Amino acid sequence: MIRFDNVSKTYPKQNRPALDNVSLEIEKGEFVFLVGSSGSGKSTFLRLILREERPSIGEVHVLGKDLAKLSNWKVPQMRRQLGTVFQDFRLLPNKTVGQNVAFALEVIGKPRSVIGKVVPEVLELVGLAGKQDRMPGELSGGEQQRVAIARAFVNRPMLLIADEPTGNLDPQNSVGIMKLLDRINRTGTTVLMATHDQAIVDQMRKRVIELDQGHLVRDQSRGVYGYQH
Amino acid sequence: MRAQFVMSEIGIGLRRNLTMTIAVVVSVALSLALAGAALLLRDQVSTMKGYWDGKIEVSVYFCNKTDANQGSVNKNCAAGAATQNQIDSVQAQLEKTGLIEKIYTETPAQALSEYTKQDPNNPLLASLTPDSMEYSLRIKLKDPQQYQIITGMVGGQPGVMKVEDQSQVLKPLFNLLNGAQVVALVVMGIMLAVTLLLIVNTVRVSAFSRKRETGIMRLVGASNYYVQMPFIAEAAFAAVVGAILASGMLAVGKYLLIDRFLRNQIQLINFIGWGPVFQVMPLMLVLGVGMSSIAAFLTLRKYLRV
Repeated sequence: MIRFDNVSKTYPKQNRPALDNVSLEIEKGEFVFLVGSSGSGKSTFLRLILREERPSIGEVHVLGKDLAKLSNWKVPQMRRQLGTVFQDFRLLPNKTVGQNVAFALEVIGKPRSVIGKVVPEVLELVGLAGKQDRMPGELSGGEQQRVAIARAFVNRPMLLIADEPTGNLDPQNSVGIMKLLDRINRTGTTVLMATHDQAIVDQMRKRVIELDQGHLVRDQSRGVYGYQH
Repeated sequence: MRAQFVMSEIGIGLRRNLTMTIAVVVSVALSLALAGAALLLRDQVSTMKGYWDGKIEVSVYFCNKTDANQGSVNKNCAAGAATQNQIDSVQAQLEKTGLIEKIYTETPAQALSEYTKQDPNNPLLASLTPDSMEYSLRIKLKDPQQYQIITGMVGGQPGVMKVEDQSQVLKPLFNLLNGAQVVALVVMGIMLAVTLLLIVNTVRVSAFSRKRETGIMRLVGASNYYVQMPFIAEAAFAAVVGAILASGMLAVGKYLLIDRFLRNQIQLINFIGWGPVFQVMPLMLVLGVGMSSIAAFLTLRKYLRV
């Protein structure tokens, strides 16, 4: 699903690489936590997968494709098989919940009939049945993140990338979101989640990848957040 | 392509950016109207050239008896009336050049009768005799532009009183029209540059204010086409409105200035009809839409990286 081969990434005008010789593989259907302090290289790791950045050295393979060999115009096709969720939800405030989810389908040219069918389905899956016509501003943080997850998942991606999805939520809402991500993972979608949330990582007991100053310092199945090796 | 979705995105973009959109529309309209006016001026000049060029004649006037008394005014005529030999010699020289299409001769008697016909009530007529009129050669040239050669060749010959080029009368008018065309083109150039800068800035602001949308579009895998289309369509739409306004401005201008004013003031001149005006309109539309779409596209390449 995802493979990093000796990947380093150095941004221009920076001495220390953001990622330094990272190699790892994530299999289809896995649930993986990506942990590490700020500046550890988590964001760069995710941006490389989304091909928002290219590695300075090494190869990144996503969904079986070498991203370096993927031409620019094929990048949108590749991204359609990925779903992305962020800490700040990134909803469109002037569109309803339903329109926000539909937007993801409209901009890739899905026909209206398909949109009308799958949007209510995915909203029900994330637990927002009946809230299709609400505006994002009327919803709680947890509900807004559910909308964002619905939007990321409506296209049934092979891989869901979540960058601190619970970072803005209280513990109770966070648990709800984690349950939802777990359910999505059980449908066969690979989930890669970057987080600072120790309680969640400890509780879920999934694979944990830890980065520190750009180095891969831990890759442990059924790990916890604070493990010291 | 979901047309309805794209249309609604365009509508949202235009409304959100209303003041900028209006500025773009107005400046597109002004620069296109100037471009159109310059084209029409060119048409006007060629219409007039065609009209006058057919009639241009160089006239060579020979000395008559009366001129001899005014020797101080024209030295060529000090010897009195031009002899038939002198006239024949000039005519032979002219014919040898090969520049002449036809030479009409006008004797003093013919000149007097022509003069009488033109203005039968002139009190001067009573005092005029054929002796006071000039013998003249009226020359039609193969190429009207070459009148200067004729002037230079026969101007100083004995017996020739003066050589007159009818096109001299029109020169200032042509200069004026050509000048107006240059001014219109220069002002158009400046307006066009301003318009392009305005479009670039508008697209940039528009792209910036929709950063969130375009960011989401990229993440969910919208193609470049889908991401950029609304912006380009917005610019093109503003250009279409601008071109329509410019067409209206040209039509009103042509009606008020030419049909209502100039045609009554100057009856001698052929003015352009509606044909060239209608030809210029689609040209302005194509120019406006092409220009703003390309400007938008190039701006997006810089500010909307996919």
